[in-house]
Amino acid sequence: MDDVRLREIVPAVIGVLVRRGADFASAEDAVQEALVSAVANWPADPPRDPQGWLVTVSWRKHLDQLRSGRARAGREVAYDLEPPPGPVPTADDTLRLYFLCAHPTLPPASAVALTLRAVGGLTTRQIAEAYLVPEPTMAQRISRAKRRLAAVRLDEPGDLPTVLRVLYLIYNEGHSGEVDLATEAIRVTRQLAAVADEPEVAGLLALELLHHARRDARTDATGRLVPLAEQDRSRWDPAMIAEGVAVLQAALARDRLGEYQAQAAIAALHADARSVEETDWVQIVEWYDELVGLTGSPVARLNRAVAVGEADGALAGLAALAELDPALPRHTAASAYLHERAGRLAEAADRYAAAARAASNAAERDHLTRQAARLRQSG
Amino acid sequence: MAKYLLLKHYRGAPAAVNDVPMDRWTPAEIDAHMTYMDDFAKRLEESGEYVDGQALKPEGAWVRSDGDGRPPVTDGPFAETKDLIAGWMIIDVDAWERAVELAGELSAAPGAGGKPIHEWLEVRPLFPAPPTVDD
Repeated sequence: MDDVRLREIVPAVIGVLVRRGADFASAEDAVQEALVSAVANWPADPPRDPQGWLVTVSWRKHLDQLRSGRARAGREVAYDLEPPPGPVPTADDTLRLYFLCAHPTLPPASAVALTLRAVGGLTTRQIAEAYLVPEPTMAQRISRAKRRLAAVRLDEPGDLPTVLRVLYLIYNEGHSGEVDLATEAIRVTRQLAAVADEPEVAGLLALELLHHARRDARTDATGRLVPLAEQDRSRWDPAMIAEGVAVLQAALARDRLGEYQAQAAIAALHADARSVEETDWVQIVEWYDELVGLTGSPVARLNRAVAVGEADGALAGLAALAELDPALPRHTAASAYLHERAGRLAEAADRYAAAARAASNAAERDHLTRQAARLRQSG
Repeated sequence: MAKYLLLKHYRGAPAAVNDVPMDRWTPAEIDAHMTYMDDFAKRLEESGEYVDGQALKPEGAWVRSDGDGRPPVTDGPFAETKDLIAGWMIIDVDAWERAVELAGELSAAPGAGGKPIHEWLEVRPLFPAPPTVDD
């Protein structure tokens, strides 16, 4: 059994323990312990029924925890090792788990960590590695999140936008180590889409698939970031694009537009263009208008100004940009690009250099610095 | 979450409020200082915000290549006027405000007379990875 299948059964096993009367925090701890033991033992000694094995071992771990807790409290211990088989977990159990892990009272970093562990079935070590922090730090982040959830009533209705936000954060984290967060995000979004029939869940899944399809083309052989316009589109994954487009079309047909569907629509229009020249910028601007209407997001406004520059010419783009706050992240980078398109190369070079100093990540800084250097060489 | 580097200087930072060099402290004051630093790191681990911390020896040298087939050139020990890093801590926190709050606590570590040093710490954001969604 591979790691991914193992991760997939974790939420169901937590569901079984909760059904048998364990509280969420203890159930999650017990399953995590069993999971660590599975990762260590299964390669040499694979069980015939992985889910049954995880349930049995997790339940034993849970009882051990209870016993040691009671022993400390000096009370009697009387538990059956094997409880009566409970009902199988349902879609509602899975959904409840998503809502709990991404509860609005949790800070985003805690919700992300807990979701990856309880819904995604990752071990604490894997999550710590993915976020480049030591394992004890991540373990503490998760146990604090669970302590905070102890006060939450389980019958409270869930908050789907928060769940989607958490999955989006995981997807967008970008860098990949042993565990690839983008792939994990797609997997848990797919799982969610199977139990939550909402257009925005499908919209998020489509968005993730359509961006993931470009993944191989996003970096060159040396690991440098390649911007969309310069990507080798033959390296995009056509099957993933086809799936993303199909998921998106089904969602859009239900006529309940949301921000993820709008973002996915923009990605789908890029995916549809065989070369950058074939891009339907007029439609892309229309989708940015929708996105701005839905979210009011300054980032969407900025991207819209760049799209206007492509659809109606660089000067129109600069005019749209002039209406926005120059302190916005990537405002200077967008201005540099539009100045270059307008043929104002010296100004563009200065703006690229300024944008590099204000870049929000190292890959972007390097890219902007090269843009400035390129224009100064040719100027 | 965002990662920040808290840098402590041996030299080169503006003067601390309680600006007495450590070799003039009593052994008990040094112990109290070290305990404070350890406790601070432990608390950050418990709050899920600790990433790394190291102290640096003050000695060392500048090093540069001197061309193919030649050994690197060194220039040291450091001049007495050089800005000198004493150590660092890396934290992973929700926001800049939290990084500043924590640096403030670290700066209040006890020094001479058991009173807070109020030393200046340098706080620098680390670059994160580029986001996946970029259009």
